[in-house]
Amino acid sequence: MKMIHAVTALALAIACALPQAADAHKMWIVPSATVLSGDDAWVTVDAAISNDLYYPDHFPAPMDRIEVTAPDGAAVAPENAATGKFRSTFDVHLSRPGTYRIALRNDGVFATYTLAGEKKRWRGTAGELATAIPAAATEVKVSESVSRVESFVTAGATTHGVFKPTNRGLELAPVTHPNDLASGEKATFRLLLDGKPASGIKMTAIAGATRYRDAAGELSATTAADGSFSFTWPAAGMYWMSASAEDNKVSVKPATERRLAYTATLEVLPQ
Amino acid sequence: MHKWLVVFIAIVLPWPALATQLAISVAIPPLKVAEYHRPYVAAWIEDKDHTVAANLAVWYDVRKADNEGTKWLKDLRQWWRRSGRDTPMPVDGVSGATRPAGQHRLNLASGSPPLGNLPPGRYELVVEAAREVGGREVLRLPFAWPVDPRTPLSVHGKDELGLVTLDIIP
Repeated sequence: MKMIHAVTALALAIACALPQAADAHKMWIVPSATVLSGDDAWVTVDAAISNDLYYPDHFPAPMDRIEVTAPDGAAVAPENAATGKFRSTFDVHLSRPGTYRIALRNDGVFATYTLAGEKKRWRGTAGELATAIPAAATEVKVSESVSRVESFVTAGATTHGVFKPTNRGLELAPVTHPNDLASGEKATFRLLLDGKPASGIKMTAIAGATRYRDAAGELSATTAADGSFSFTWPAAGMYWMSASAEDNKVSVKPATERRLAYTATLEVLPQ
Repeated sequence: MHKWLVVFIAIVLPWPALATQLAISVAIPPLKVAEYHRPYVAAWIEDKDHTVAANLAVWYDVRKADNEGTKWLKDLRQWWRRSGRDTPMPVDGVSGATRPAGQHRLNLASGSPPLGNLPPGRYELVVEAAREVGGREVLRLPFAWPVDPRTPLSVHGKDELGLVTLDIIP
């Protein structure tokens, strides 16, 4: 179990740390539905790290990093959680109307070093760092990673409470509500970095079901001065929308750089 | 003398309160399928910018216990995002039970609910149908308000809807 956890952590680290490429491992959260009606709505959610979207084929996402937030900001406990070989799965009870956020926060420290001529990689928390790297290590490079993977689900009318920024890392501020997306329509969002507009950052969006087509067909946009960017969805489906950035505003002492990532799964419905 | 009387009446007396009538018909086609459920149907009037000017009808499974029929209202996708998700069900004079296959009529009058008073402009009558384990279809009939001259409009669906007609009678 411990072993699996360590391997998963490394997979997570790689998924988070590598610059984005169409063929890189992708971390995702995909709900069974994003737009719900009725008085007692539930969704079931898969969370994983994979190559294809949205087919679990690599590692499950760690359940202990899943955070579900109710429309009023309260934490919601995932139900019926299970972690399998390739994916974690859990249910979310939307007991009140409004927009819920299902997020995987993945903040940590990543180090590479050389020990006795051998390249090593380590990932953990800021607290573990001091004892994790042997004193004899050379070429130590420490980076901090702040990453967020999320999706949104709405029962009844859309609300905006869950978009209140935490002012840490990359976050999404909707202009168009992420649960009101339709094919052929333009959707606009804003990207924030530490709560302020994140400009000049490349956003990409890839439609799901990548297994059944030859090319990823990546959409891309660059954030404007106010952090805004837009996509016009060519077809209905689930989209994996992602951005990454680097800076040196580290909060962990020996780290020299900060790697930031934001990913959301958005559902676009037919007209 | 007569001419003056006419002018007098025109100025002093209020215009006779003759409401404009909207006669809508929606055909639900009979379908030969193994598992048939009556479709959920919504009819509404949309503004140029897609805001809903009036909800005219929402037919869903109102008989299910505990309001459970509302669970599938979101399958009327366009209606749901344009107004359904903001409208608590049921709505008096708008929502009702699902209908069987056949031609169904809605007769509405301006000035009274659910139509109310439409400001002059361009609108679309939108009719959307979604069927459990079946398909979904949306039909649109653009019209000008007030109408001049009277021009009955119609559109024919392909799958979940048959003939939809709109006749505005000034």
